[in-house]
Amino acid sequence: MNPFSYVAAKEPGSAIAALAANEGGGTACMIAGGTNLIDLMKQGVMHPTRLVDINALPMAAIEPMVDGGLRLGALARNSETAYHPDVRQSYPLVSAAILSGASPQLRNMASNGGNVLQRTRCQYFYDVAVACNKREPGSGCPAIGGLNRYHAILGASPGCIAVHPSDFCVALAALDATVVVQSAGEERRVAFADVHRLPGDRPHMDTTIASDELIVAIELPANSARFANHSAYIKIRDRASYAFALVSVAAGLDIGDDGRIESARVALGGVAHKPWRIEAAEELLQREMPNDEAYERCAARLLEGAVGQGQNDFKISMALRAIVRALQTAAAGTRIDTANPGRPDLAARE
Amino acid sequence: MRASVSSRRDKESPCPRYLITLTVNGSKHQVDVEAWTSLLDFLRNRLGLTGTKKGCDHGQCGACTVLVDGQRINSCLTMAVMQTHKSIVTVEGLAEGPRLHPLQQAFIDRDAFQCGYCTPGQLCSAIGLISEGQARSIDDIHELMSGNLCRCGAYPQIVQAIANVLDGELAARRERSSSDVAVQRDDA
Repeated sequence: MNPFSYVAAKEPGSAIAALAANEGGGTACMIAGGTNLIDLMKQGVMHPTRLVDINALPMAAIEPMVDGGLRLGALARNSETAYHPDVRQSYPLVSAAILSGASPQLRNMASNGGNVLQRTRCQYFYDVAVACNKREPGSGCPAIGGLNRYHAILGASPGCIAVHPSDFCVALAALDATVVVQSAGEERRVAFADVHRLPGDRPHMDTTIASDELIVAIELPANSARFANHSAYIKIRDRASYAFALVSVAAGLDIGDDGRIESARVALGGVAHKPWRIEAAEELLQREMPNDEAYERCAARLLEGAVGQGQNDFKISMALRAIVRALQTAAAGTRIDTANPGRPDLAARE
Repeated sequence: MRASVSSRRDKESPCPRYLITLTVNGSKHQVDVEAWTSLLDFLRNRLGLTGTKKGCDHGQCGACTVLVDGQRINSCLTMAVMQTHKSIVTVEGLAEGPRLHPLQQAFIDRDAFQCGYCTPGQLCSAIGLISEGQARSIDDIHELMSGNLCRCGAYPQIVQAIANVLDGELAARRERSSSDVAVQRDDA
């Protein structure tokens, strides 16, 4: 690890100022849980010259909003968020997604804001001995034509086929969360769909949030609580626990008294540089009675344009089936299962 | 509330050191550390508490698990300088004098280790699991211990040892809650 200096910020303003200062031409980086940043620093992928510790800032609360939504503090830990009674009751999709990721130790450290800002786990990004457009713009992408079992099937570019590794973010995308961001001049609100970018020709930029901006909170809107009774997070991975997704699906259905689907939400993880969501695909489910043919049409629309990279070609058909399974599971009713977070429920299969 | 961390030397120095105050296994320490010293390296190299093990040093194996303010975390993925005013418990702090922590005794009774390298992390992690109060079944224990790897493959015995202690803990909680007393046990 490179030498660096450290400061613990006491208020958001001083944190933002410290992040913008770029002392001595170096780069300042904020640290909250540190579970991703410290690992990247050990690997030599990131080398800030100054760490700004934001853990003392007053951004850890999880509290109801006046309009009925729920505000998740950026510094609330992932475990705290997943087990919070309001999250479990109104947004169980968020609980299920968080609990399907990482390990209990990591979830106890990782902050909500840090989860959003985490970097890809592409092995070439982590290996400083090889090229990577995300790490060194213009150097190339060895994942294309290389080891790409975990890589993107949607929204990739000739410069980068990495995926965003978060589970939490897939649920946040499905539920139309808003990220509240504070910078020196102002506070701004970013719709979740606009937080993460597609790689295009600037894969080194993961998000639209600048390095001297601070995520203050993530807000879950009141009207997304209507999916609470019919939601499911399905995660397909190489081992049963503590692994990143090959494909994951966050699904929520609002089913009316007549048994028809009033509205639907479907977001995919593990398939693109950002959580993948297409509203037109969700609209295909509206006013339908829950049925597999409708689910398959929705899945096909979501995966329109999907392209495999060789080793990950299987992900396209896997994603199709996972979407159908997630919608079947959601239609059967939300279940919170600590022991099997995100694991496909075989009983839901017809 | 975090107290300020003071830099002992000029901030422009390439190797600034920071004075921190923290409690480890009940003893208060005031020490200066470099910003890049992980909590794991601090415990092992500065305090000589080598019970906490360095396995992967990347948060993948759980051998370095300790309790910080009662929460289980990977000590390799946090910096010592960030621990001011925190209370840390390592495997060395689990026993009360000659009396082992019930989980340590259960590991012995159940033969829950072979080489023992992962054991300190398994113990601290399992204490965290029990105090988190989310595990109700063997399946829950499997899932909620997934952050701790054991290369010897002692998993069945580890899960059994934890289940034995958890059973007692759940029974005690039921008793306490039925007599309307809040659950306040600090396993640390």
